Amino acid sequence: MIEFQNVGKAYDGAMVIDDLSLTIARGEFAVLIGASGSGKSTTLKMINRLIEHDRGRILIAGEQIRSFKPEELRRRMGYAIQSTGLFPHWTVEQNIATVPTLLKWKPARIRERVTELLELLGLEPALFRDRHPQQLSGGQQQRVGVARALAADPEVLLMDEPFGALDPITRASLQAELARIHRLSGKTIVLVTHDIDEALLLATRIVMLDHGRIVQAGTPAELLAQPANALVAEFIGRGDVGIKLLGLRTVAHAMRVGDASAKGEPIDAGASLREALSLFVARRVEVLTVIDAQQRTLGTLHFADLLKAPP
Amino acid sequence: MRIHNRVLALLLIAGLAAAFGLAFLTLAPNRLVTGTGVRWSTVLGGGHTAVLLPALGLLAAVFAPPSRRLHALVALAAMSLLVGWVVLAGAAATRIAATATPLARTSFGGGFWLLCTLTALALADALQRLQLRPVWRLLAGAAVLLPIAGLAAGGALDALSLLKEYRNRQDVFDAALLRHLQIVVLTLLPTLLIGVPLGLAAFRSAALARPLFALLGLIQTVPSIALFGLLIGPLALLAAAAPGLGLSGIGLLPAVIALTLYSLLHVARSTVAGLGQVPPPVVEAASGMGLTPAQIFWKVQVPIALPLLLSGLRVCTVQTIGMAVVAALIGAGGFGALMFQGLASSALDLVLLGVIPVVALAALADAAFGAAITAMEVRTT
Repeated sequence: MIEFQNVGKAYDGAMVIDDLSLTIARGEFAVLIGASGSGKSTTLKMINRLIEHDRGRILIAGEQIRSFKPEELRRRMGYAIQSTGLFPHWTVEQNIATVPTLLKWKPARIRERVTELLELLGLEPALFRDRHPQQLSGGQQQRVGVARALAADPEVLLMDEPFGALDPITRASLQAELARIHRLSGKTIVLVTHDIDEALLLATRIVMLDHGRIVQAGTPAELLAQPANALVAEFIGRGDVGIKLLGLRTVAHAMRVGDASAKGEPIDAGASLREALSLFVARRVEVLTVIDAQQRTLGTLHFADLLKAPP
Repeated sequence: MRIHNRVLALLLIAGLAAAFGLAFLTLAPNRLVTGTGVRWSTVLGGGHTAVLLPALGLLAAVFAPPSRRLHALVALAAMSLLVGWVVLAGAAATRIAATATPLARTSFGGGFWLLCTLTALALADALQRLQLRPVWRLLAGAAVLLPIAGLAAGGALDALSLLKEYRNRQDVFDAALLRHLQIVVLTLLPTLLIGVPLGLAAFRSAALARPLFALLGLIQTVPSIALFGLLIGPLALLAAAAPGLGLSGIGLLPAVIALTLYSLLHVARSTVAGLGQVPPPVVEAASGMGLTPAQIFWKVQVPIALPLLLSGLRVCTVQTIGMAVVAALIGAGGFGALMFQGLASSALDLVLLGVIPVVALAALADAAFGAAITAMEVRTT
């Protein structure tokens, strides 16, 4: 879907992006991660030409991005940023309708789409449609920001640290929403963050950048299990790699199906193994009963199951 | 009894002092000599005492516990009292005219002006306490001015010297009004057409901003009469060089040029301040969503900058209305011409005939801009 071929970018002679090659497949959730100055934001902004690359080629759906007018290219891509950039003089509805209006959709279709998006992001349309951004909390503003990015059903969603300014609880709930939207829509998403937990939670592929170069690109499990160098290991956090690995798998993957031998504490099959570990330790037990959303017993999870290698 | 409204109490005491210390009306044998005070017994002799009743209402309000209803009643009482002062003056002047010589002039005295000012302050205080939107304040002003205009149009104030001056020079007054408005509009148009682009350029280039604002600030320090005078020479030369253009070193052209030069600073500076108020992420998001630079400017930057831009325009409109008076000195006309004529012939009422409409125009423009700006801010917050 998005292809970087030997892309370079320099500011005043200093290389910010150096010979970067990367292919992001359709439907992938790619997370660009790195310290500040690593070039992750620059890489993102080169995709919609907010920053123009100096060298190499960037292709979208097989065509060079230079072959489009910048405005046309950008209208095909949703764009959400940390400080939301909502228009303060417009209502929530007008904000979300920005790109559909630019694309000259019919008013009825725009209205329908706004309703749909507000519902998708968990904002009651009747309540929020006519409010101004200043009347919303930070989390609500960011929901509107995401809705606005999704408005014209873009092929690609670009997000620059969208949840960086939110409190942990709001951030977690928006991350869950975004993961759900990605599952439902199958959109190609490129997200920039410096938060490794966010990357592990959301990404189908993590691209770690340092000084404008890709240090490692792979699935979260690959990065955790085989960090390419000391820097990646450092970024992931040496002390709790094991716990983070557990965070990538759910109870359903490791449980003993149908086994009802023990009467342990109940745990949801959809919970991560990391939560299971926490429960083992907190409750001081060695066996948990696995239940589904309807509270039916599915099997058990033994402490030793956490150590089994993923299939 | 407890005093709840100290402001109103103070205004009432000052009002009493004004009523007893200064003449409400003055009577002079002709328009050029200074008059002597008219007694209150003569002023109130015609049975118009009832117009003073709202004053008693204000007195009662001093001792009443504050509430929105009370403030509204105070505002209404002050409004009727303001109209009442004018009714009283008009009726007394009519009665005096019946017995005096045709040349005699009845004018507003210091007492009248002071009482009107104090009553207006009471009204402003009550409106402030009501915390109304500017639109309502505008309506309150209209509710006072319209009845007075009605009285004047109906002839009830004809015996007053001010109105006599007006009747004698009605065509001059109307021409002055037209010319004054002309000067203001002809100043504001080039101010906007030059000032906004200048502000835009200064916003985009800090290197330009510094010398630009230094220059515009320097212009502000030149006294207006000096600037008018400075323009006469070059414009006269230009007029002589190109007679076909109908230029002139005196009159409307130098006035408009000078007033525009004074106004540029406010408009350019408020343009910069307004655009600076647009948060950078908003512009980045707009750009990232595919708005063209022109769309970003007109749909995002201008609307967000507009309240500040308007407040700059408000300052320079009020300033231009006032400074246009001085432009009469170089033959630009307007209300300044009436005022200077009155000063030259020491006819105070003619001076007032020039000054009052200027003050009224300035207040009107200020209130109208205020209402517009507030309406816009309400929309965005």
